[in-house]
Amino acid sequence: MTMLEGILLTIVTAATPLLFAALGELVAERAGVLNLGVEGMMAVGAVCGFAACNMTGMPLMGALAGIAAGMLAAGLFGVVALFFVANQNATGVALTLFGLGLSALIGDAFVGIPGVAVPRVNIPYLSDLPVVGRLVFGEDPFVYVAIALAIGVWWFLFKTRAGLILRSVGDNHNSAHALGFSVFRTRFLAVLFGGACAGLGGAYLSLVYTPQWTQAMTAGRGWIALALVVFASWLPGRLVIGALLFGAVSILQLHAQAIGVGIPSQFLSMLPYIVTIVALVLISRNRALLSVNTPACLGRPFVPDV
Amino acid sequence: MRIILERRPDHSQTMVLLSPVLAIALSLVSFFIIFAVSKIDPFQALYVYFIEPLTALWSIEDLLAKAIPIILIAIGLSFCYQSAVWNIGAEGQLAAGALAGSIIPVLQPTWQGPLVVTAMMVMGVLGGMAYAAIPAVLKIRFNANETLTTLMLVYVANLFLDYVARGPWRDPGGYNFPNSRAFDEGQMLPIVAGDSIRLSIVFVIIAVIAAWFLTSKTITGFKIRVLGMSPRAGAFGGFSRNKMVMMTFLISGGLAGLAGICEVAGPIGQLRTTVSPGYGFTAIIVAFLGRLHPFGILIAGLLLALSYMGGEGAQVALGLSDQTTQVFQGMLLFYVLACDSFIYYRLKIVRQRAVDPALAR
Repeated sequence: MTMLEGILLTIVTAATPLLFAALGELVAERAGVLNLGVEGMMAVGAVCGFAACNMTGMPLMGALAGIAAGMLAAGLFGVVALFFVANQNATGVALTLFGLGLSALIGDAFVGIPGVAVPRVNIPYLSDLPVVGRLVFGEDPFVYVAIALAIGVWWFLFKTRAGLILRSVGDNHNSAHALGFSVFRTRFLAVLFGGACAGLGGAYLSLVYTPQWTQAMTAGRGWIALALVVFASWLPGRLVIGALLFGAVSILQLHAQAIGVGIPSQFLSMLPYIVTIVALVLISRNRALLSVNTPACLGRPFVPDV
Repeated sequence: MRIILERRPDHSQTMVLLSPVLAIALSLVSFFIIFAVSKIDPFQALYVYFIEPLTALWSIEDLLAKAIPIILIAIGLSFCYQSAVWNIGAEGQLAAGALAGSIIPVLQPTWQGPLVVTAMMVMGVLGGMAYAAIPAVLKIRFNANETLTTLMLVYVANLFLDYVARGPWRDPGGYNFPNSRAFDEGQMLPIVAGDSIRLSIVFVIIAVIAAWFLTSKTITGFKIRVLGMSPRAGAFGGFSRNKMVMMTFLISGGLAGLAGICEVAGPIGQLRTTVSPGYGFTAIIVAFLGRLHPFGILIAGLLLALSYMGGEGAQVALGLSDQTTQVFQGMLLFYVLACDSFIYYRLKIVRQRAVDPALAR
């Protein structure tokens, strides 16, 4: 395997958790819910995924546990922010603080335990092709799930009736309500989907990306995923490109640290966060472009006047 | 039959006062159940957590020392949140203040005395302000979401602090520990009461009173609230949203910076790779628990400082993880937010389920 091939492979691995989490958040935001708790949901997904995989020895169980944990956490957010119409910003921050604490509490028993290796896909002949073999046909199964999910989300949002209803709830909840659609139910389901994706993204971190549990191992990826949704202007296709770009930044800075380019490692570690800010600024400055796809009711509470 | 929320004709004055109490009670009950389920004597746990820290003088002093930075930051954040500016990066602004304030004692170790300490405080405030001005400008000029930028800047500030404490500012005679030199007493805030209560407690008192005056007695406080509740109404009133964004960011950044330098020039006594166990995030909870009101924040800050103390005690006495505290704090914020909704809404039981027109069609 060449160096370049290795770098490209790790970029895909770094992009996958971001893509999972951002896809879920994209659906929630399309329904008009801003859930800032992605980081917390990823953290509980990571720890529960690792724990389940460790106890059963099956990565699939880990993935399912991650999804379930993320959904539970999202359900908590849904009850407080949607049923009790609490401020979504504050509730999301609460979920992040709670999730990070809870994950560390659960994870205490799993620190320092090596994880179970997740086998890569191996298709005879195809996976052995030079350069593209490993990259296209020999990734771990999660990568293919993530890509399928991106296509599925696009198809659901823009090609199905249910997706149209979801977007209408996000764009104008009063009209959607007047038409007889349940704003609460739509949003709650969207939030649960967001939690499932974030949980799976978290589980990917502790199962594949670095197969172990360490406290706060999400390292801000939940927040980067949130920024990615804005960066992609709420379009799943751009989200894939964005996730790969951010994956590339985080991997290249790691390689730069390994080679030792004469820049203190802390400055290189800052790069993903600084790039996130720069990307946000570049996208947000063009208000006209941004407003085309921004869900008009994003973050706004809804209580029907019965 | 199902339960729905119904808007109250007028907001409930009773719930304004009752909701934080209710939230705390619910958190304690939840905590009780969690302990009971995990086979830890819940009465002993709650005692260790919330009573024991109040039984010794030294631990009350420690409690105040922890409450000081939390309250300072939360007061600043309350301005932001009242005007619907979502600064959640106080943790980074705190680090920036700690760094800026430490420039003199690290680079000019011989400079000492009240003037130097004053200069350190001013530089701490300015450092926090400057760091908070970044997301403010990005929001005003480029429309960048401040929640995300402030949070990203926390990581940047903490990494920079880590670099400085390990690299250029590391104490050459410090056996390779990643700390700056230990500050002399003449470079720290003077002790004003007991064994460890420093001058920063006076800053807290001033901040609380000034914040109360600013919000309830001046036109600026009125403008902040109007713009927070309805930017459109504020615009019709001729209030500038952008000025308000900048101002609330500068206030909260300045106070977070002050908290940072007070920590360094106080309980810690040197610059380290981390200077805060998450005070900047705890302050978010405190701001909401205190209903964004200075006096409420004062009480809420003391309570959350108590949970930090209790967490340390529970580590020793019950062998609990220090993360229990963070779980408690997060849970508390959930309850606060949910209970707050009873100010404007009440629960109503609907007997007949309405026919879903989407299904009937």
